[in-house]
Amino acid sequence: MITRTLCHMCLGTRSHTRWLTLRFHSTLTATFADGKAGTIIKSVSTNIFENLALEDWIHDNIDLQKRSILYLWRNTPTVVIGRHQNPWQECNLKLMTTMGMPLARRRSGGGTVFHDLGNINMTFFTSKKNYDRHRNLSVVTNALKTLRPGLDVQSTERFDILLNGQYKISGTAAKLGRSSAYHHCTLLCSADRSVLSSVLKSTYQGIKSNATPSVPSSVKNLFDEDPTLDSETIMTALASQYNMEFGFDSPIYAVDPGEEECWPGIQNMAQELQTWEWVYGRTPKFSVCTNFDVHGLSSSANITLNLDIKNGIIENCVMDMSTEWLPKNVSEEFGSFLKGCKFCPNEMAMLVAAFLRVTPLGEYSSRMYSLCENVIARV
Amino acid sequence: MATTAVRGSLRILKRMPQLTYHCYSQCPRLPSTGSEGAFQIITPFGAAQQRHFRTTYRSNGQILPFKLSDIGEGIREVIVKEWYVKEGDKVSQFDSICEVQSDKASVTITSRYDGVIRKLYYGVEDTALVGTPLVDIETDRTQEGSPEEDVVETPAVSHQHTHQEIKGHKTQATPAVRRLAIENNIKLSEVVGTGKDGRILKEDILNFLAKQTGAILPYEGDQQVPTPAVRTTASVTSKPDKAPVTTYPTAAAPRPVFTGKDRTEPLKGIQKAMVKIMTAALKIPPFGYCDEVDLTQLVKLRMQLKGLAESRGVKLSYMPFFIKAASLGLLHFPMLNASVDEGCQNITYKASHNIGLAMDTPQGLIVPNVKSVQTLSVYDIAVELNRLQNLGASGQLGTADLTGGTFTLSNIGSIGGTYAKPVILPPEVAIGALGKMQVLPRFDAQGDIAKAHIMSVSWSADHRVVDGATMCRFSNLWRSYLENPASMVLDLK
Repeated sequence: MITRTLCHMCLGTRSHTRWLTLRFHSTLTATFADGKAGTIIKSVSTNIFENLALEDWIHDNIDLQKRSILYLWRNTPTVVIGRHQNPWQECNLKLMTTMGMPLARRRSGGGTVFHDLGNINMTFFTSKKNYDRHRNLSVVTNALKTLRPGLDVQSTERFDILLNGQYKISGTAAKLGRSSAYHHCTLLCSADRSVLSSVLKSTYQGIKSNATPSVPSSVKNLFDEDPTLDSETIMTALASQYNMEFGFDSPIYAVDPGEEECWPGIQNMAQELQTWEWVYGRTPKFSVCTNFDVHGLSSSANITLNLDIKNGIIENCVMDMSTEWLPKNVSEEFGSFLKGCKFCPNEMAMLVAAFLRVTPLGEYSSRMYSLCENVIARV
Repeated sequence: MATTAVRGSLRILKRMPQLTYHCYSQCPRLPSTGSEGAFQIITPFGAAQQRHFRTTYRSNGQILPFKLSDIGEGIREVIVKEWYVKEGDKVSQFDSICEVQSDKASVTITSRYDGVIRKLYYGVEDTALVGTPLVDIETDRTQEGSPEEDVVETPAVSHQHTHQEIKGHKTQATPAVRRLAIENNIKLSEVVGTGKDGRILKEDILNFLAKQTGAILPYEGDQQVPTPAVRTTASVTSKPDKAPVTTYPTAAAPRPVFTGKDRTEPLKGIQKAMVKIMTAALKIPPFGYCDEVDLTQLVKLRMQLKGLAESRGVKLSYMPFFIKAASLGLLHFPMLNASVDEGCQNITYKASHNIGLAMDTPQGLIVPNVKSVQTLSVYDIAVELNRLQNLGASGQLGTADLTGGTFTLSNIGSIGGTYAKPVILPPEVAIGALGKMQVLPRFDAQGDIAKAHIMSVSWSADHRVVDGATMCRFSNLWRSYLENPASMVLDLK
């Protein structure tokens, strides 16, 4: 497989436009003007946001009616949730923050996955007519079987791929637009399974939500099955099988999703994917109901906290106390103070600090402080 | 009744010759618009006549049911996950209407027509069947083709909701182009389209603007709008000419985007907190006291110590010195490290010097504090500052760091400015704002002019419990420690 490095790609794929686009953009090389029906590209970036932005860019800007694309990419450790999922329900956000692991929300549906450099992502771009997930998965299973004839890998009805009939090595998600679609899936080659299991375990209790839940499965790395199967080998095999299955003969082109010149507007798309409003604010409406004990200097109480959260913002906050540990008007004022605050420990801490500054609490200051700490600890 | 109808139609026919041709050449399947109550005439001419009569009234447009088209893979039903529109919203062709999900696939449904949403058939989390209506759209002119046809292939720029009413003839433009027109207050009907079928392209808008203003517009404004791929070539504009624009020295300030209209939004979480604090601060009668400090000696000292601190892995700025000097001063003037209650009946002299540092973060103004400065060395303070700055930048400051402050310093000079009038943060009674450090000429002890590093400081204090003399003496003491850092060694605890 020849790997060619690309600087520029041109848009538009129709023959009569190709000539004019070259004239207009004299510096662009005519990779997409080669008239080929299939192209394979591989990302040189391991930044999840840049790679996801490139997926969106191709989906929005390239005409896929007569052309299909296979896009191969890998990322540094990150957790990716599906379009309509609830991050608080799906992963351990506190652990991820301490580890400095980013959270991303992709635009396709499906469940939550952990990515690291031992996990390969592949996206099959096609027109809506040619959208066929089972065929795409057969490319993966056949590629693996060609590499290791004895390997027991099989795709399922739910578009997973199982190793030895029980371990999930691949999950799928898809996005359909007006006339084109993409189907992407993961492939576990040599991911860090201990990190995977610890970050994908939510520590939040009392969440009630209609968000798409993930279905947990036991997983295994292909590397554990056969140590000669590493990411590079597998990616090359996937590309060959793709060409064979669809009758293409594309080499693997290396692309850089950070190049604004090649992909105009991609920096903005990557930025948008990193905003709080997209990652957390797109969570479907949910409520939290949790119960805890607070301790003052000489007394304690049991508190039931009810929060309603929409678009990641607290819409309603009600605290019920077992005894009159704090004056009712104070706890009510605190509840209404939190309305409109992002469900995020940092912003809540800032609001709590402001509340403690401006509210005359007298003897109740230490109790209020203890209550606030407990509430924020539960975010 | 029939005569008036015919006469009316003939008047309309004269006015809209194009439309006549359109309607007659189609094989119209008249969609039922039950509310009209008009009877259907079978002959083609009669049908066209019927059409025209209806379309004279803008409010009586056709209501077309927009059906959920086939998603493929034999999928018969989906779950509606998110609506991008609500009843009464205006939509343009290619705008996103909703997001549905089926079997790990997320599908964006875009509008086939321009018009107004009249009815949503499903709520969020409802199951929708393929082939059944999703929404009703009221259009104000006839639509080509049957309502069941799938949407046209020209890609929409997703997540943009650009609604622009196009009066009169049909103007073709993608949502991105329409938004550019709205942002620049341009009527699309005035722009000549050079794309296919007279479609208006981004370049057409830019040319139109250039003619109006007589200058080539800077490219940066366009960067916000991602360029969609279109079939015609001239619209593939990834890099129009960069105009020679004078650059202003705004290093960190975001570029203002001129949208041309007012925008109102409610104050959100953190802004609300600021409002509450400042409203409470208003109750405090402040007085101000300003001075300037000669930091020439301190600059030399810091130069000597910087390397040593870095070898210990800590960045040493001037702040640790300012904070330590303030704490040493507070030992002599505990009045300034106090707090008064709501009715100003009692004053509490706080034992611990928790000196707050006003910090400007992406989330807004926050004031984390260094606890018990009276027990810390300058190096310890530097370590704490590094920790707080890192947490602040990554948005991870917790309640413990943000509460319990007793005295505050604001280093506004790091951004700019000399003298300020800082607002006292309740329940504290004093605050200091440090201006920027400047190299200025001053007379030295021998009477010669020499270079001096001068920084101005502006104090504010609660005049109910602090008097001017106290503030002045505190400031002088603080200043003397900084102007002669060796004297700090004598008093360090």
